[in-house]
Amino acid sequence: MSEFFTTTAIVATLASGIRLSAPFLIAALGESVGQRAGVLNLGVEGVMLIGAYAAYNTALETGNVLAAVFVAVLMGVLMGAIYAFITVVMHAQQGISGIGIYLFGLGITDLLFQKQVGTPKPIDGLQTTSVPLLGDIPTVGEIFFRHNALVYVAYLLIPVVWFVVNRTTFGLNIRSVGETPEAADTLGVSVTWTRVSAILIGNGLAALAGAALALEIGIFQYNLTAGQGFIAIALVYFGAWRPSGIMAGALLFGIVSSTVLQWKTLGIVSGSASSFTAMAPAVLTILVLVVVSRRIGQPSALTNPFDRSD
Amino acid sequence: MDHPRPRGNQPVVLGVDSSTPRPVSPMSPDLDVPMLEMRGITKRFPGVVANEGVDFTVRSGRVHTLLGENGAGKSTLMKILFGLYRPDEGSVHLEGTEVEIRSPADAISRGIGMIHQHFMLVPTLTVAENVALGLGGAWGFSDLRPIRQRLVEVSERYGLQVDPDAFIWQLAVGERQRVEILKALFRDARILVLDEPTAVLTPPEVTDLFTTLRQLRDDGRGLVFISHKLHEVMEISNEITVLRDGRIVGNTVPESSSRESLAQMMVGRPVLFTRTVQPHDPGEDRLVVRDLVVQGDRGNLAVDKVSLSVRAGEILGVAGVSGNGQRELAEAIFGLRPVESGGIDIDGVPADSLAPKAVRSKGMAYVPEERMRDGVIGEFTVAENLVLVDHGSPPYTRWGFLRFGAIKKQCTRLVQRYSVKTPMLETLTRSLSGGNIQKVVIAREFSCGAEILVVSQPTRGIDVGAAEYVHEQLLGQRTAGAAILLISEDLDEVLQMSDRVAVIFRGQIMDQLPRSEATAMRVGRLMMGLKAE
Amino acid sequence: MVTTENPDTSGAPSSKGLWYGPLVGLVVPVLAVVAALAVGAVLLLALGASPLTGYAALIDGAVGDWNAVADTAIKSMPMLLVGVGICIAFRTGVINIGGEGQIILGAIFATLVALAVPDLPSVFLIPLVLLAGAVGGAIWGAIPGALKAYAGVSEILSTIMMNIVAAQILSFLLQDLLIEEGAIKIQQTRRLSHNADLPLLPGGTRLHLGFLVALLVAVIAYLLIYKTSLGFRLRAVGHNPDASRYAGMHVKRSVVQALALSGACAGVAGAVMVFGSISHRLIGEGGATAFTQGAGFNGIVVALFGGLHPLYTVPASFLFGGMLIGGIELQRELQVPAALIVALNGVVVVFVVSSLRLKTKLQRWSEDAVLRRGRK
Repeated sequence: MSEFFTTTAIVATLASGIRLSAPFLIAALGESVGQRAGVLNLGVEGVMLIGAYAAYNTALETGNVLAAVFVAVLMGVLMGAIYAFITVVMHAQQGISGIGIYLFGLGITDLLFQKQVGTPKPIDGLQTTSVPLLGDIPTVGEIFFRHNALVYVAYLLIPVVWFVVNRTTFGLNIRSVGETPEAADTLGVSVTWTRVSAILIGNGLAALAGAALALEIGIFQYNLTAGQGFIAIALVYFGAWRPSGIMAGALLFGIVSSTVLQWKTLGIVSGSASSFTAMAPAVLTILVLVVVSRRIGQPSALTNPFDRSD
Repeated sequence: MDHPRPRGNQPVVLGVDSSTPRPVSPMSPDLDVPMLEMRGITKRFPGVVANEGVDFTVRSGRVHTLLGENGAGKSTLMKILFGLYRPDEGSVHLEGTEVEIRSPADAISRGIGMIHQHFMLVPTLTVAENVALGLGGAWGFSDLRPIRQRLVEVSERYGLQVDPDAFIWQLAVGERQRVEILKALFRDARILVLDEPTAVLTPPEVTDLFTTLRQLRDDGRGLVFISHKLHEVMEISNEITVLRDGRIVGNTVPESSSRESLAQMMVGRPVLFTRTVQPHDPGEDRLVVRDLVVQGDRGNLAVDKVSLSVRAGEILGVAGVSGNGQRELAEAIFGLRPVESGGIDIDGVPADSLAPKAVRSKGMAYVPEERMRDGVIGEFTVAENLVLVDHGSPPYTRWGFLRFGAIKKQCTRLVQRYSVKTPMLETLTRSLSGGNIQKVVIAREFSCGAEILVVSQPTRGIDVGAAEYVHEQLLGQRTAGAAILLISEDLDEVLQMSDRVAVIFRGQIMDQLPRSEATAMRVGRLMMGLKAE
Repeated sequence: MVTTENPDTSGAPSSKGLWYGPLVGLVVPVLAVVAALAVGAVLLLALGASPLTGYAALIDGAVGDWNAVADTAIKSMPMLLVGVGICIAFRTGVINIGGEGQIILGAIFATLVALAVPDLPSVFLIPLVLLAGAVGGAIWGAIPGALKAYAGVSEILSTIMMNIVAAQILSFLLQDLLIEEGAIKIQQTRRLSHNADLPLLPGGTRLHLGFLVALLVAVIAYLLIYKTSLGFRLRAVGHNPDASRYAGMHVKRSVVQALALSGACAGVAGAVMVFGSISHRLIGEGGATAFTQGAGFNGIVVALFGGLHPLYTVPASFLFGGMLIGGIELQRELQVPAALIVALNGVVVVFVVSSLRLKTKLQRWSEDAVLRRGRK
């Protein structure tokens, strides 16, 4: 264990923890916007995969990272439009629709990958960019300020989402529509359009998260996300629908995961025991939630379709 | 007292002296044109005609009451006005011009403000945010400062004090209603519709509300007041329109009416306001509550050292405005809420920590105040709801399996005995009318052999016919020797039915009076928190 | 106080004695499936393949001969079992996304029993391993259930997490304790006791006893939900936990029971998958999803298709299983990756789910029509 408690090891752990947390964070922030408007999207995993593949494929074809990100987000918004139609217009049960989107995303990305790419080819993904000045600070700089662009985006999203939800009229609409849609409706707020917009944002961000993952790893494969989309959903509950809480959850998950990886690399835990420790983030999430035991904060109208005639 | 009978649908407005000078209203320049006129409104739903040929007029500077039973068509008419429904026939005119109101937003933009019975407020947002909702369009930063400022101005003008930065969930009911009114005023509502506004207010709050309403009226607005509380209607109205079964039954003014005449118009037959109850000697104490302290949902003390006892064969009525601890008291007695301190004894045996199932086994039954939420399961059939409590015991269950033959037999018997109007036993309970749902609850609770009954707001929201039936059943149980704790915000009901009356105010029992001393005046004062001299 | 997120369970046949309610209930999803298949045809065309050949291959692969039917049945088994469990959970108002993990724990428990008492005669060992599977799954369901009932933790969150934990437990066990001895280290156990093999059913196909077990579980679940007092309570809590409390029911206990029962069904699926498989081993190679084949999620879909009614879940699981099996044939025939079928399944789900509200409205309308006629 002493190998772990060196500065290099700890710094590397924290830095990669922050890096690992970025996709969770982006996806969870997006999901939280949708959920605060009252819409549960269990298909985040599928949309992340679609975003990841879209980014990967675009980067492969064009070599342009920016284009890759753009296409990914576009695909996400498109999926969002479909999901919005299903849930808000057709009033479909949200939990199951999400699973359907997940299955669709899983299948279609695999299909397209096999058809269009075949054998995996690596791409030039995101480069690490060091923040000028701040990145040069020893230790601290290494941990916080030497990441790829999308990690910075992820963390910048936190105050942005907070501001939009809490300090704009759009955010006020979202918050009201997720709690008491009847009240918003009687005041002339369009429940439909507010929810649709929230879903588009949520899915766009989910795709962005997938893109972040693919571009950072530099390759695509079947089921690349391996459950991270579902973890992102769980993080929304963990964070009590607040950006600050979600950040805490994402960091918790990211850092614990990277610690486990580090221990494996350093040989502190053997192969099999690493599985044991790999479940640590999941267990910790549950434990923290039990201890803190929050049920305040869940948007009251979550998963309830709104029908004026009800 | 005689009054001219209305001819057909012609409104007969009595007692108005048109030569009395009236202050010129800045809102409605042409005094002959009513602010609102609804003509010949008809609205049909599958299986029922909610409104038929209804004419309704509101003039500036008047409070016009819309009176009627549940299901008479009052809310439908107002929903049409507010753009939630479209009429099948008829027209709506504002200031003399025919309009088509397509949505609530449309109604608001035309100056119609609705203060709903169930407040349309978002609990997790602040007062200012609730008022601001929908004002800013979808884009832009929500800057609440101008809102807050104007809020302070408007609330001061009409005496609607409220803290703009308080969250709705922190506010008491009366304060929440003020926010509802402020929302309407903020949007320059000139016609205000108030749907059962006094249902949840204490008497002093009602007085404050009426002061505000008079002020709003005198500023030239037209107010529609929907209520079934006859004495309030008499107090605040300038005009009264009575609806029954979707049709206008009469138009009158308070000066020419009485509670009896209004009730008769509402129901179509004379209604008893007093009931003779046979006195009889009560038996032993069945339920005793000693210095009970129970916490409320917001960390407050909902029940503050309450002591009372209910004897066999008597009805102890607990009078008080909703929200003074009645619900928490009933829940604690029934085991649905933990007891902080004090004791509850059933037949002398301590029962304060028992769960509902155990409490029931000791012989207690409960008719809850929210029947759709707590009394029945809407998606279950009538039969299933009738056996909701006993389903697990013989004869309904054997070896874990439900015995449908036995269930059907018993339920058929119950439905007959308690006059529950339902097409089949397999009908889903949610399709029944409120009165019949209550009958299902009563059939279930009164027939399981319980000898201690806790009955909470039993006639709230049900029509007079069903209410009479409920009262008959209660008195029948009383004669049979049951100990009944009747909790009701309806003062008339408590005074009619009880052998003894206790009054609860802010979680404390103000006083307990025998029937002979329980006058409306005395009990009313106690309900307001005024101690007896 | 426990609140249960109440899924829209009104999609199930609720009107007894009114036959066209359920008929509408059947027609609408079928139309939705047809619509989804049309989308699939478009996809096939886009990939340069013929939809006709494709769908013909699909049908052939699914039910073309008895072997195909057997394969379809084998594929449907785990989804059926999980789906039946989901019916129980959803009817109690709990969303169980933990099927994957519950399958794994069931498989682990069953494997441990087979390793512990390999020489027990089949007539005892087989029921025992199935029971062990049920117990394993039940525990894995009861934990999120208790977390929800007593700690207020959303079951959506906890079941997701439990899936992750289960996958790691599987990986851990198969790398170390349970791994087959030998030079090559594959994540699998040794060939388990022959006495625990699920016997093949007559007919010369690969179909084994597990199929009958699955059908039996579906029937038991049906009886449980609709004919027992326990089922009464679960349904009551699912519709209205407040009224259930007032009526004296233990709501928290019911929530735990529902998730435990739901997990038990998935656990049996895990046991069946190990002891009905050709290899008769617990194989973790390729990760947890390789073992479960996504049955934990597919089961949710299948349950919904069946209107949350355990008996209708049987044909629904067949439909899904048929599509997945047929997809392999389609891949072979058209050189289109079978992943298309996975995507297509997603489309079918989405279409069917979208149509459900429509179906509910039509059903209610037809109910009201009958009632109105009855009143006259």
